[in-house]
Amino acid sequence: MRIKADRDVCVGAGQCVLTDPDVFDQGVDDGIVWLLAEVPGPEHEDKVREAVSLCPSGALSIVEE
Amino acid sequence: MTQSQAPELPVDQIPAFPMERTCPFHPPAAYSEIQDGDAPVKVRLTRSGRIAWLITSHDQVRQVLAHPGVSSDRTAPNFPLAVNLDPEEIKNMPKPALIGLDPPEHSVQRRQVITEFTVRRTKDLRPRIQQIVDDAIDDLLAAGKGADLVEHVSLPVPSMVICELLGVPYADHDYFQERTRALLSRDSTIEQGRRALNELGDYFVELLTAKEKNTPDDMLGRLITAGRADGTYDRDELAALARLLLIAGHETTANMISLGTVALLENPEQLAKLKADSGLLPTTVEELLRVFAIADVATSRTALVDMEVGGVLIKAGDGIIASGLAASHDPGVFPEPHAIDVTRSARAHVAFGYGVHQCLGQNLARAELEIAYETLFRRVPGLTLAVPAENLPYKNDAFIYGIHEVPVTW
Repeated sequence: MRIKADRDVCVGAGQCVLTDPDVFDQGVDDGIVWLLAEVPGPEHEDKVREAVSLCPSGALSIVEE
Repeated sequence: MTQSQAPELPVDQIPAFPMERTCPFHPPAAYSEIQDGDAPVKVRLTRSGRIAWLITSHDQVRQVLAHPGVSSDRTAPNFPLAVNLDPEEIKNMPKPALIGLDPPEHSVQRRQVITEFTVRRTKDLRPRIQQIVDDAIDDLLAAGKGADLVEHVSLPVPSMVICELLGVPYADHDYFQERTRALLSRDSTIEQGRRALNELGDYFVELLTAKEKNTPDDMLGRLITAGRADGTYDRDELAALARLLLIAGHETTANMISLGTVALLENPEQLAKLKADSGLLPTTVEELLRVFAIADVATSRTALVDMEVGGVLIKAGDGIIASGLAASHDPGVFPEPHAIDVTRSARAHVAFGYGVHQCLGQNLARAELEIAYETLFRRVPGLTLAVPAENLPYKNDAFIYGIHEVPVTW
């Protein structure tokens, strides 16, 4: 599972950081999504899927590999 | 699913909106009836006479709010305005900030302030929020039994937090709290609402003029500096933004502190679970946000293109009320939606809206609510209502739900 984060679409609500702070962060200078892991381990899969569904702007997606 | 227009009803038979609540802790009963039909219905706004689609299903509310073909422009002819303004007056309305803008203007303005509200920044504010809450509870206890929770805790806490963040003198709180009340009350005349909005705008123009001289290290000072650096600084525009952040930053959280406290006191088995395990604070806050979804109609829009929602064709130009409250009580997503369950995973609620306008200050609100509930029930373990919950003055008269006054004892 690979995560795609569209930094142009993100509105910085922070829902993803709240869901899995080991995978998602917000840039210090712009507050926009920043991936700490593009291909997170299987233990993060449920959280990542939750973050994608909670993201209000549609900036996050999952690319199955 | 086939597209169909809902049968055209004579205007006097179109259901009136807002709809009445029969229980202060539940959404209007009519929401569930509409939800059972699983399709948008037309409603007639009582004050403005405008007709709009009311959307109640979780799926459809999120679909509409995430749709690039909806607009938040309050000056659109069919926008579900709750008040009755003539077109000339609408043109003269003060310039909107954030909530009244569409992309790309909206994105530009939102990006100016995102860093002030990130999860990290909010975490850094927690020790200061804790102090503010502790001081407010000292004040409540000093006022004695029968004191009003709203006056001593619910309203001062978020007011002081947003004042410090923006760089607004807290000493002016009576001035902006009174005007916010006038602005959000359904009982205010159009003239009273407009005067309140203009006075708050003038207040910020004056405050910004003063801050331009020494650009202090607060949010407004930083925004002046950043705007000057890239040549975009516009005092009136920043005043409108500051006004919105101040209103949204204190009134909503204040109502949630009051409503959440009353709801927990009225559900002692849920309160006992929270007291036994403070690890339940985050889910408790999400559940209370979900149950009340106090800014229900803040998610009103106008369709810019034809769109099919729940088998109904919403035409370009139609007004839409995507109800955050109804969506957060959709039984398909939240089983037994009217029951308060502090262990529920409620984060899919629409209390903060959805789409590009989702609440900018949501993480600040979460921090304030967690700290307020935790501290209140820890420091005042015997807290009870001084009047029965059903007799409290709920804000059935306001655009943002809440309670005017909550006398408490201990």
